[in-house]
Amino acid sequence: MSTPLIQTVGLKKYFKTPKGDLHAVDDVNLTVERGKTLGVVGESGCGKSTLGRSILRLLEPTSGQVLYKGEDILKYDKLKMHEMRKNMQIIFQDPYASLNPRMTVSEIIAEPMRVCKTITDKKELDDKVNELMNTVGLANRFVNTYPHELDGGRRQRIGVARALALEPEFIVCDEPVSALDVSIQAQILNLMMDLQDEHGFSYMFITHDLSVVKHISTEIAVMYLGQCVEVASTKELFSNPLHPYTQALLDAIPIPSLKYRNKKRTVIKGEVTSPINPKPGCRFASRCKYAKSECVSPDRSLKEVNANHFVSCILYK
Amino acid sequence: MGEKILEIENLHVKYKTDESDIYAVNGLNLCLNKGETLGLVGETGAGKTTAALSILKLLPKKIGFITEGSVKLGDIDIINATDADMRLIRGDMVSMIFQDPMTSLNPILRIGEQIAEVLQIHKKDMSKQQIEERVDEILNLVGISKDRKNDYPHQFSGGMKQRVIIAIGLACEPDLLLADEPTTALDVTIQAQVLEMMQELKDKLNTSMILITHDLGVVAQICDRVAIMYAGQIIEIGNIEDIFEGEHHHPYTIGLFGSIPNMNEESKRLKPIAGMMPDPSELPVGCSFKERCASCMEICKAENPEEAYLDTHMIKCHLFDRKNESKTMS
Repeated sequence: MSTPLIQTVGLKKYFKTPKGDLHAVDDVNLTVERGKTLGVVGESGCGKSTLGRSILRLLEPTSGQVLYKGEDILKYDKLKMHEMRKNMQIIFQDPYASLNPRMTVSEIIAEPMRVCKTITDKKELDDKVNELMNTVGLANRFVNTYPHELDGGRRQRIGVARALALEPEFIVCDEPVSALDVSIQAQILNLMMDLQDEHGFSYMFITHDLSVVKHISTEIAVMYLGQCVEVASTKELFSNPLHPYTQALLDAIPIPSLKYRNKKRTVIKGEVTSPINPKPGCRFASRCKYAKSECVSPDRSLKEVNANHFVSCILYK
Repeated sequence: MGEKILEIENLHVKYKTDESDIYAVNGLNLCLNKGETLGLVGETGAGKTTAALSILKLLPKKIGFITEGSVKLGDIDIINATDADMRLIRGDMVSMIFQDPMTSLNPILRIGEQIAEVLQIHKKDMSKQQIEERVDEILNLVGISKDRKNDYPHQFSGGMKQRVIIAIGLACEPDLLLADEPTTALDVTIQAQVLEMMQELKDKLNTSMILITHDLGVVAQICDRVAIMYAGQIIEIGNIEDIFEGEHHHPYTIGLFGSIPNMNEESKRLKPIAGMMPDPSELPVGCSFKERCASCMEICKAENPEEAYLDTHMIKCHLFDRKNESKTMS
């Protein structure tokens, strides 16, 4: 087996709060293969975004390793990391907040290339910006407009163009479509999939929308309170969800078809508990209908139950 | 046909801004029967919220105007009602659940006080004791322990806050509940809890409801009828079966369904609608969907289509016009 593009080993990110450590990402082991998309799903506050940012070292992880082609990038110094960033980019969630309002569209898209000095010639830079705008489907007449003049869909296209500017291998997509209307969302999803086919990008696609993640991902990791509770290929996860939380999550999605109208849903009771100084054992136990006394045992590692289907739950040994 | 609770005819709403006039609602016709749940679906800027605010006459003063049309709530003519009348209607006959549970509660009042407020205004004959009891009862109904009524909003999570807001909306058992994206700000598992609760309450109290949403999945779960809005008009309306399983649809509705990733089938590509909604300050002549429509014809560029009916199903599109009726809708 070849080395995966990105691999996290025991990645942890704790935030210090007055009440104690907030375990935002707790011992996460994931891999992203070349040209594939890993979907990360979970409810708000489960640590999805923190995970994405820790991998890019936008947040310095507390401990663990992030391996890029087998090399631990957490050991890189500032200079080497700067160089490294050309290979990894991010598309942010909110196209209204992630673009500098005082820069024009062309300045925003050109900035990564200016910062990394990949293209220094002015003329060449303009050509590249035009090319990128074409790629993401932004008309050239928007070159000198400011973000506030554009709607959400077009703004998100700027975000995509900016992430592509350095021709990275790996892109973290942090809820890139959740702020958009469905018809615009579909346009952006199609664009991202086309770009992947063409350039062979690897995505880490963070979202809370399971129908979106099903559409775009090859593999899915389900997170709950900072921990990864289930990892499987998209097909396997949707046809055979094993962890009680994944089952509840899938059951909770409202499906736009009348066939499911009168189906009795198993609605999980309660809400997400606090991630500050969590107790050892399964963090979902307080909401889980299968909870037993053994659920407090501290061993919560992912076990391979079926081929390439990992789950952390005492129901499966 | 049951008793009609709400009748909107040819409603036009305009917002005045310094730069231009924005035509948010353009000729909206809508009828709602008692006990019925209507889903009002559309993209951002389609005029869904404006339509709901017009029913309550809560359009921003000196900016939003109802320029034409009539809104009737039972026997009451809302357009000509005075401010004093409206204060009696709001909360008692019609109440609204706003989109964002984080900002629609008063942060410095205990939630018990906020629920009691509605009762104090509308049920003048209730004693303090009775109001207290009613608050406990309604909290119990939405699944919050009555011990928590002296807590402040910040002590609740998002899902709990939305329950409190629903409790306020239902305190006087209104005939009509306007729910503006009540679950959009919530996580799926919490959304499922809130939707289940709303469904139960609706059955119990026989309240009519207009559910404003852009999530067709939520609509499929709890609505009886669905109206699709585009550029300030209802372009298709029908029973839930007409919209989800019917044969004929407005091209926009087809596009809307094509944009959602399907959970049950393997599909490689989504089929989105190209382009954007027209600028509401300069509405085009003819059909407002013409520029994004694949089956646009000459007539679409010149004339706004009429409403074409087939039993309970209405589509506003030249494809289904009376002239073509014989071949398309028979």
